[in-house]
Amino acid sequence: MENYKVKKPVSTKVKMASQNMNVYYGDFHALKDINLNFPEHEITALIGPSGCGKSTFLKSLNRMNDLVEGCKITGSIKLDDVDIYKEIDVNILRKRVGMVFQHPNPFPMSIYDNIAYGPRTHGIKNKAKLDDIVEDSLKKAAIWDELKDRLKKNALGLSGGQQQRLCIARALAVEPEVLLMDEATSALDPISTGKIEDLALELKEKYTIIIVTHSMQQATRISDKTAFFLLGDMVEFGDTEQIFSNPRDERTERYVTGRFG
Amino acid sequence: MRNRFDKELVRLNDSMIEMGSLCEAAIDKAIKALAANDTDLAKEAMADDANIDELERDIEQQCYVMLLSQQPVARDLRNVSAALKMITDMERIGDQATDIAEIAVTADLTAEFHNLELDTMAKMASKMVNAAVDAYVQKDLNTVHTVYKQDDIVDQLFDKISAHIIHRIENKEIEGAKAVEVLMIAKYLERIGDHAVNIGEWVEFSITGEHPKN
Repeated sequence: MENYKVKKPVSTKVKMASQNMNVYYGDFHALKDINLNFPEHEITALIGPSGCGKSTFLKSLNRMNDLVEGCKITGSIKLDDVDIYKEIDVNILRKRVGMVFQHPNPFPMSIYDNIAYGPRTHGIKNKAKLDDIVEDSLKKAAIWDELKDRLKKNALGLSGGQQQRLCIARALAVEPEVLLMDEATSALDPISTGKIEDLALELKEKYTIIIVTHSMQQATRISDKTAFFLLGDMVEFGDTEQIFSNPRDERTERYVTGRFG
Repeated sequence: MRNRFDKELVRLNDSMIEMGSLCEAAIDKAIKALAANDTDLAKEAMADDANIDELERDIEQQCYVMLLSQQPVARDLRNVSAALKMITDMERIGDQATDIAEIAVTADLTAEFHNLELDTMAKMASKMVNAAVDAYVQKDLNTVHTVYKQDDIVDQLFDKISAHIIHRIENKEIEGAKAVEVLMIAKYLERIGDHAVNIGEWVEFSITGEHPKN
């Protein structure tokens, strides 16, 4: 299982970590005492049945829950040992921790402007510099060759798979350190899914990636670590190979073998 | 949720039991043919090997379909992959039984057979095959460990028979050709024991997720 993944020196550094983290939506206790470490330059998959809390957890990693009414978070989430809820400005956090969503959501503007949007909001106005960022980001997202001749065209005219890779390029344009992907391929065909998975494997050389996926096969194909969530608990965390070949917890076994959930 | 897959697993278990039974029957027929110098029974045992080979292909196909359509993980993946490995050993057991039957067709070894513990060895080897396949279906580690212990007995019997034959060769009490044939039969039975151990090791992997250390 390991052999076809892009190899890199094993990193022991923890990029992000949650400690005794709880999330409440009003009276509903959505996440219970979650302790998870995300190693740098690895892909971690969060799996579990719908409503288990995995997407809530992912969103908490760049404070997407801040505006949800009645949402309360206790415990801590740290990025490089710094508490993201207490010690970092949310705009800086979202520059460092990028997010790609289930459905591609390009802005209704040109391909170029989609990519340049983030850098511009962070103060970059120089045209040559922006050109470089657009080219570099599209190359990193493995879509430059397909789009370089139509950068001024509206991004909404792209296919679903291209739009999703454009969104990844847009996330990369602000030079994040962590990339969150929330079921980023569930709306795509197998060819586009394959491209995004290949891309994720290449990107982990430079970034730390955390994905939410309903596809067991996707988790086994691309992730190094897997965390299984159930009813707000993080039931089991381990090497992906171990989770899918010999899970320790019977609940994990029953979920990954499709016997509940 | 996975009714269809569970049904496929039950069918796989049934097929594994059937293949194990065919292997046992092939060993028993080959040994009975040898004991009674029954050429027809020996030929029957040889013909049965084709059924074992056919069942191996059938189980292989079942496993491929399950891997393709169900993409099993965890315990399910171990069950299917263990079955794929086990049938190779069972097919080899069928071949070893055929090899014994081939000797029974060409040579009359009745006198030697009754003087040695070949029958005991054959019964033990046959029992090991049965137990190893049964352990797979029942997911029973204790039975697997019994198979490992029985293999020690089969190995001891092989050493005993070898020593006995060597002694008789030295005393010129047995023809050279017959000595070789008896030794080959003992070796085939000893190999059947080894294949049963291999099967047991895959059963252990399918239950625990780990390969046995020794």
